Amino acid sequence: MTILPDTSVASRVQAIVSEHADLDGPLLPILHRVQSEYGYVPESAIRPLADALNISRADVHGVVSFYHDFHTAPRGRHVVKICRAEACQARGGQALEDHIRKVLRLNWNETSSDGAITLEPVYCLGLCACGPAALIDERPVAKLTGEKVERLVREMV
Amino acid sequence: MGLSMNGVTRIFVPGDMAARALGADDVARAISRESDERGLDIRVTRNGSRGMVFHEPLVEIERDGVRYGFGAMEASDVAALFNDPDTHPKALGPVDDLDWMKRQTRLTYARCGVIDPLDLDEYEAFGGLAGLRAALKRAPQRIIDEVKASGLRGRGGAGFPTGIKWQTVHDAEARQKYIVCNADEGDSGTFADRMLMEGDPFCLIEGMAIAGLAVGATKGYIYLRSEYPDAIRMMDAATIIARQNGLLGADILGSGKTFDLEIRVGAGAYVCGEETALLNSLEGKRGVVRAKPPLPALEGFFGQPTVVNNVISLAAVPFILAEGGEAYAAHGIGRSRGTIPLQIAGNVKYGGLFEAAFGMTLGEIVNKIGGGTASGKPVRAVQVGGPLGAYFPPDLFDTPFGYEDFSSKEGLIGHAGITVFDDSVDMGRMARFAMEFCAIESCGKCTPCRIGAVRGVETIDRIRDGDAGAMALLTDLCDTMKAGSLCALGGFTPYPVMSALNHFPEDFLPEGHKEAAE
Ligand SMILES: Cc1cc2nc3c(=O)[nH]c(=O)nc-3n(C[C@H](O)[C@H](O)[C@H](O)COP(=O)(O)O)c2cc1C
Ligand code: SF4
Ligand code: FES
Ligand code: FES
Repeated sequence: MTILPDTSVASRVQAIVSEHADLDGPLLPILHRVQSEYGYVPESAIRPLADALNISRADVHGVVSFYHDFHTAPRGRHVVKICRAEACQARGGQALEDHIRKVLRLNWNETSSDGAITLEPVYCLGLCACGPAALIDERPVAKLTGEKVERLVREMV
Repeated sequence: MGLSMNGVTRIFVPGDMAARALGADDVARAISRESDERGLDIRVTRNGSRGMVFHEPLVEIERDGVRYGFGAMEASDVAALFNDPDTHPKALGPVDDLDWMKRQTRLTYARCGVIDPLDLDEYEAFGGLAGLRAALKRAPQRIIDEVKASGLRGRGGAGFPTGIKWQTVHDAEARQKYIVCNADEGDSGTFADRMLMEGDPFCLIEGMAIAGLAVGATKGYIYLRSEYPDAIRMMDAATIIARQNGLLGADILGSGKTFDLEIRVGAGAYVCGEETALLNSLEGKRGVVRAKPPLPALEGFFGQPTVVNNVISLAAVPFILAEGGEAYAAHGIGRSRGTIPLQIAGNVKYGGLFEAAFGMTLGEIVNKIGGGTASGKPVRAVQVGGPLGAYFPPDLFDTPFGYEDFSSKEGLIGHAGITVFDDSVDMGRMARFAMEFCAIESCGKCTPCRIGAVRGVETIDRIRDGDAGAMALLTDLCDTMKAGSLCALGGFTPYPVMSALNHFPEDFLPEGHKEAAE
């Protein structure tokens, strides 16, 4: 597959790379920045990243694909991250997971067809004494019940 | 009007992520509004958490130097607070007199929840910078000797003596050395790093600066997980303030010595808490585990000698330098010296962070401090040390909290997360989850971990479907993972799995057979 050069992404990526020029090992901070601007890491960003950092495109791909945080396609306007780890499970997390997936009609890492919500699993938010916990966009919420999550989601969209 | 708020000069509402998750922002807004409407001149401070998550949001008012607590507060409780704090239904009395606070030995968390996290003057007034000042007066070797004398061992999980690690880096010859703080805190059931970074960020910065002076490193990194947005903001802000006030930079506190640091945000990979995977990630690579040797102490960040220490290991150091290694070592049992921030989590009545000397039994921690389960049902199992830690049944509750004591029971204390489960838990499912988690988070370097964990999930499913022969297979698989994995993700996942199987075999029977066995 050939990828058409996307000049606007390419020039923005170059600018981001030069902003990080004084860092040692800058790839993760750069990818975080690219993702915060575009919502994901566009395919058209890979080549300019590789060129600017003097590494191969395979290297950039390898890094992007390794980390759960980096996405290669757009996600929903809102992201709901539900903790699936042990301490939340001990407080009824499993039932909550099932409930949310049913109510949102989404499986893990799926986005609703209107592009409003992406549902993601997360493994511990450090809210383990007051679970079940979640991050809704960047907002932490705890002691969740099915009802509470439904209300939070309604308020959001 | 507002008569009984007379003399109240300051109100504390935690900005800690757990408090916020429980509604602290709404409470803080209500307090500011109420205070303005009544024309009161009260300073509202967003402090860290005192650790009593069961009381969060815990509001404190300060009157005549005493802090009175109210919890768990909701915005609708605020008007009554201003009408008459003394008869408020959520009044807890002076916070320092609460049993939960009085029973602790707060050395590392002495300021957490007490001060304004970003007020450097207050930090100093409550004992901050004394350790760094003491360190600046000493030769590097004397700093290391003090840390060795404290008996401090790594709080990130492996329990390696911190002073010895520093010695190795100190003795290495190199043009550049580094201090890397491991703030990846991925273990379920743990939040000590988060609470410290949000509640007393200068303490971590001070600890890192002391480490830098000790080993001759002028540059540090804090690798902070992306799941902690509040801690990231707090550490970023604290670093800037520290630099502006000469606590970081080219002339630390006027000494002519250099140390500076950078915050780096992780990207959601549990394995990046492993120190060599962390270093790869910091270098901008995939977070794959490196073979050891070489030790990071000799060839770490970009091949240079590097101290990798957990947040709590580093945050313990200012006390040790200020008060002396002996003062720290005076607490604890056996080779587990000093204090440990116990993180009491899961299905527990009084959950939170409790700093205590090593040596309390697991039973005391769960039942006396934690108050048993939140559900009121009997405790059935306790996972100690995160997702790679063993499940303990109440039969083993007499185990004292210490590194060797736990390893002698086929367990580990890890980062001191203690996750309580009531009798509704299905331990077969928890064992399956341990394998599933390992499969999801494996860095992929070794087959027993990458493939073995997937097989583990399948094997547990077979057992639970009634294939009793698969039990032996699971045991073999766990042995292979233990022996053939490069790091503790693959190597220790057998702990939760085998402890569940050994202590709760009835949960591995297929549904229909369970009742017959009872
Ligand atoms: C899979 C895995 C995850 C780990 N996660 C963490 C972590 O989140 N934080 C941490 O401090 N140490 C973690 N460790 C331990 C580190 O490898 C290392 O021992 C530690 O950072 C050293 O610091 P310390 O001596 O101060 O404990 C992890 C180890 C493994 C194998
Ligand atoms: S045990 Fe697993 S996580 Fe650890 S190095 Fe091997 S494959 Fe990677
Ligand atoms: S286990 Fe869910 S927040 Fe820690
Ligand atoms: S390949 Fe399955 S454990 Fe070795």
